[in-house]
Amino acid sequence: MAKTHLTMKVNGAEVEGLVEPRTLLVHFIRENLQMTGTHIGCETTHCGACTVDIDGMSVKSCTMFAVQAQGSDITTIEGMANADGTLSALQEGFRMMHGLQCGFCTPGMIMRAHRLLKENPSPSEQEIRMGISGNICRCTGYQNIVKAIQYAAAKINGVEFREAAE
Amino acid sequence: MIPGSFSYHRPASVADAVKLLSDLGEDARPLAGGHSLVPMMKLRLASPAHLIDLHGIAGLKGIRRDGNNLLIGAMTTQHDLLESQEVAGSVPILCEAALLIADPQVRYRGTIGGNVANGDPGNDMPALMMTLGATYRLEGPQGAREVAAADFYQGAYFTILEPGEILTSVSVPVPAAGHGYAYEKLKRKVGDYATAAAAVVLTMAGGKVATCTIGLTNVHETPLLAVDAAKAVIGTSLDAAALKKAASAAEAIMSPAADARGPVEYRKHVGGIMVTRALQRAATKAT
Amino acid sequence: MNDMTPTREQRTAALEGMGCKRKRVEDVRFTQGKGNYVDDVKLPGMLHGDFVRSPHPHARVKSINSEEALKVPGVLAVITAETLKTVNLAWMPTLAGDVQMVLADGKVLFQNQEVAFVVATDRYAADDGVNKVVVEYEPLPPLVDPFKSMDPDAPVLREDLAGKTTGAHGPRKHHNHIFEWKVGDKELTDAAFSKAEVAIKEMISYHRTHPSPLETCQCVCSFDKVKGELTIWGTFQAPHVIRTVVSLIAKLPEQKIHVIAPDIGGGFGNKVGAYPGYICAAVASIVTGKPVKWVEDRIENLTATSFARDYHMTTEIAATRDGKVTGLRVHVLADHGAFDACADPSKWPAGFFNIVTGSYDFPTAHLAVDGVYTNKAPGGVAYRCSFRVTEAAYCIERAMDIMAQKLNMDPAELRLKNFIKPEQFPYHSALGWEYDSGDYHTAMRKMMETTGYAALRKEQAEKREAFRRGETREIMGLGVSFFTEIVGAGPSKNCDILGIAMFDSCEIRMHPTGAGIARMGTKSQGQGHETTWAQIIATEIGIPADNIQVEEGNTDTAPYGLGTYGSRSTPVAGAAIAMAARKIKAKAQMIAAYKLEVHEDDLEWDIDGFRVKGLPERTMSMKDICWAAYNSVPPGMEPGLEAVSYYDPPNMTYPFGAYLCVMDIDVDTGVYKVRRFYALDDCGTRINPMIIEGQVHGGLTEAFAIAMGQEIRYDDDGNVVTGSFMDFFMPTAVETPHWETDFTVTPSPHHPIGAKGVGESPNVGGVPAFSNAVNDAFSFLGATHIQMPHDYWRNWKAAKDLGAVA
Repeated sequence: MAKTHLTMKVNGAEVEGLVEPRTLLVHFIRENLQMTGTHIGCETTHCGACTVDIDGMSVKSCTMFAVQAQGSDITTIEGMANADGTLSALQEGFRMMHGLQCGFCTPGMIMRAHRLLKENPSPSEQEIRMGISGNICRCTGYQNIVKAIQYAAAKINGVEFREAAE
Repeated sequence: MIPGSFSYHRPASVADAVKLLSDLGEDARPLAGGHSLVPMMKLRLASPAHLIDLHGIAGLKGIRRDGNNLLIGAMTTQHDLLESQEVAGSVPILCEAALLIADPQVRYRGTIGGNVANGDPGNDMPALMMTLGATYRLEGPQGAREVAAADFYQGAYFTILEPGEILTSVSVPVPAAGHGYAYEKLKRKVGDYATAAAAVVLTMAGGKVATCTIGLTNVHETPLLAVDAAKAVIGTSLDAAALKKAASAAEAIMSPAADARGPVEYRKHVGGIMVTRALQRAATKAT
Repeated sequence: MNDMTPTREQRTAALEGMGCKRKRVEDVRFTQGKGNYVDDVKLPGMLHGDFVRSPHPHARVKSINSEEALKVPGVLAVITAETLKTVNLAWMPTLAGDVQMVLADGKVLFQNQEVAFVVATDRYAADDGVNKVVVEYEPLPPLVDPFKSMDPDAPVLREDLAGKTTGAHGPRKHHNHIFEWKVGDKELTDAAFSKAEVAIKEMISYHRTHPSPLETCQCVCSFDKVKGELTIWGTFQAPHVIRTVVSLIAKLPEQKIHVIAPDIGGGFGNKVGAYPGYICAAVASIVTGKPVKWVEDRIENLTATSFARDYHMTTEIAATRDGKVTGLRVHVLADHGAFDACADPSKWPAGFFNIVTGSYDFPTAHLAVDGVYTNKAPGGVAYRCSFRVTEAAYCIERAMDIMAQKLNMDPAELRLKNFIKPEQFPYHSALGWEYDSGDYHTAMRKMMETTGYAALRKEQAEKREAFRRGETREIMGLGVSFFTEIVGAGPSKNCDILGIAMFDSCEIRMHPTGAGIARMGTKSQGQGHETTWAQIIATEIGIPADNIQVEEGNTDTAPYGLGTYGSRSTPVAGAAIAMAARKIKAKAQMIAAYKLEVHEDDLEWDIDGFRVKGLPERTMSMKDICWAAYNSVPPGMEPGLEAVSYYDPPNMTYPFGAYLCVMDIDVDTGVYKVRRFYALDDCGTRINPMIIEGQVHGGLTEAFAIAMGQEIRYDDDGNVVTGSFMDFFMPTAVETPHWETDFTVTPSPHHPIGAKGVGESPNVGGVPAFSNAVNDAFSFLGATHIQMPHDYWRNWKAAKDLGAVA
């Protein structure tokens, strides 16, 4: 099958590659671009471990072909740290609130939470739970993930966050 | 879980898409949000040789008011619906239902056209469109035609779409001001299809139901309009007897499959309850 | 002393030792997408393997035709049982003493069984090849119902066992029988029942489910033909065991096998065993001379790799009229699927199910377990529990509720009346265990007081009246669960895997600058070992946890250990860590004495170093001792500061807890709401309370999923119908309840730091709490026992069967 030449922006850098049309975006990111932070958990669009941000949308990259991302602007977990290399508010929130255990769902969770907070900077607990309902975590029971996102929201909004990880 | 090989096409116009679909015949499939088709391809339950990606057609996306109708382009996503002030103001039941579809990520990609066109009895929008009296615009090699949502569905994954035809937009008559509405969906978890769901749009006058339409999701191989159930409540104040009569009439036309969501008897039973609850909640919203 | 001198509190805090809510060191890489999981391993020239699987649950394989597959661009080889026979690997031994087909040899015995392994240049080509392999099957009648497995006319599943009347665990009664395991005094127990004033009997099923970590099972095998060495990166909860098993079955010298378990995306018991994918990838690498990766997809994971539970437990309790239990009799029918691949210690065919007497003082008990074959996937792993302990806890906790109902007693009261008393510890149970420590009454009463148990019961009584009057369609249930776990396998006297005693290990090397590296035989899959193990060392030797690098998962560098599962890491490796640290400290004391020119006995430990007794200003910090260890040790002493400990635990540990679930159920739809869930855990000494709470949240969430819907279900024809996260109930943040946690601390008397293990308690205690809540809700309508899972339609059916729904 003829390969397609792709160019797109990933984490601010122009990238290119040659792919078969059937190449899934998640494989393009993980195999061609060698960015392995984006994970594959279920392959049926349920778990959200493969979530990346494409043109301002949270997308499950296991259910999109790489050719469909031609010319788009993508952010993956590798692009989430602050410019100086320190952890961003969300990354810090996940660590401070013990919002992760095995770490496998974490990149997808953070990418989803990133877009959620862009759209709703001060979400309620229920809005957070709804907002991350396309992401499955097998370890944490979500309670501390909710807190992690609340921590990040507070930090971004310049508000003190008083709760501790449970 | 890897899809088979295919050629990828990204037409820039509906005419080009229609031409590709006509020329390539049964080996070609249109690709919208992909959340039904791509998993099928990964399981190799679908192996189209050509995919016609509709994302390149600018005219297929967008929501606008056209007189008393809301026109929704087929490639408009569920997320777009939820973001639209126009939808929230004129047909709020669309927002209520869209929020119950899949999960946030899927709603960014999943389109209204894909949801109504692929004939999956589990999809939520078809019954809603029938309830709202929507029409679909289909464009094909023979030109364009408008079809009532109620006439579109023929069986599970089987619709009146002809080879080469694409559903390009949905036209929803804006319900009367002061209408009441509710979409009651019982599901096991976020991301699941309905065990049973009911859409109700009604108007009230003097404490009694003046007009009422009821649609049902995933209790039959096609979405259903529960005509007798709606008739049973018109002129009533939704008293217990009327609600019971409506639920029974709705259950009478249901024929769900037994699956992991429950046996047939259960799915019909809760289908009736969804009707009851949707009626009650819709009435509280009517003014 | 000036103001800059840190206080003792500041010195202690600086260590971030035991008891500290230390933030996890792992998170820095995980939150940046810089973890290194198996699928992230990419080697030059690496190939990919993928399985052809059986669509039939039971069929004869007439032929396998690979011709078309080999024409697919990129496909290099198709491996079948015939290929594997040339290296004597068509079958492999299981941990349970059975054998298992690696690839279908003449027959398939469950749907999605591995039939052929396609090796190709990438995963796309491999998948294409899989779709081109043509297999001709002759379907045979499937055996799905375990209760029919030993019918005289039941189909013969395991033709390879023809004529074998004895298995790994004694005599076989039938061609589909695996073992019978009996424990306890039958005569005494039968006598207790014949004299019983009150008795209950119920068949309590714990359905088949699956651990399903978010990362599936996967490996990369790389065979170096020149060196004759095999390196395996894999999702292994027990890397050393994998090395030994590979050596034994592949006949490779063990020193030529290097097993690396990198970051693991959750295990929950799924990643203990050895699976056909590992064997096939290894063989493919040996055959092709290239590295071969195998990554399971989710359907494969759910349908072929290691189910859990599937225990059907006929349970009887005898008691006096005033509610004192006098005997327990349990018979279990255990559905093991097509091969007995349970991951239990070798001598324990039903794991530690004989903990089934629970937290109660049963004077006598008897247990019999029959294991049987069916046309289902093999497995029987301990899904977030010690071996078969969650089954046992569910069995006894459900049965105690049924007895309470029969006696018209409150379930909490019946439990309080029958608890083993604090003064009875160490307690010898009727089925052979020695419980190390416990204070059950205190935990139970704390639960009841904190939750306002009495008020909840009053509310329930009022709601029941309202329901009877037709004022509400909602019923309320209180699910009490008081569990005792048995974890920390285990003492060499009774625990081994394939003959290797179930010790665990730690090696600590201190560097001159007061830093160090510690390596263990365990392997974290999310438990945070890199964080907590350093905390134990910090407290033991006074070096800040931040200065201790923890490394696990590389069999070339780590001391031999039996791995992480069954909540054994803290009870066994945690003890090894403390013991190794104490060896370091003992040598450090000699060095300090030499440097301070005093006798060792004149020194005492003080947080982060030694001081001379009575002269508190004469001190030597551990940091300084580390330096001295490399330049000025006492004459005759070897330089350096290292220690290794292999810890053979004297006993198991017995964590316990008191849980309460408050649930409301709409009888018309069966929809439930968990209004409240309270979990009190006693895991002895608490190393990192933040991580403990996180473990409890996660375990409760899994318990919630299992009890309320998470099921691997087969239809009557043997087709597995729960192959995706749509139908296999995997709750999201929306469905998952809010968790309230609490604790008491009853240290283990035999563990060096008194810790007992906690990761699995919430699953063990949680499942009965949810199920008891549902059953309690329906009890006033006449229900005695409603089987799990309690999903919506089954709740509705229960209501309907009880006449509560028209």
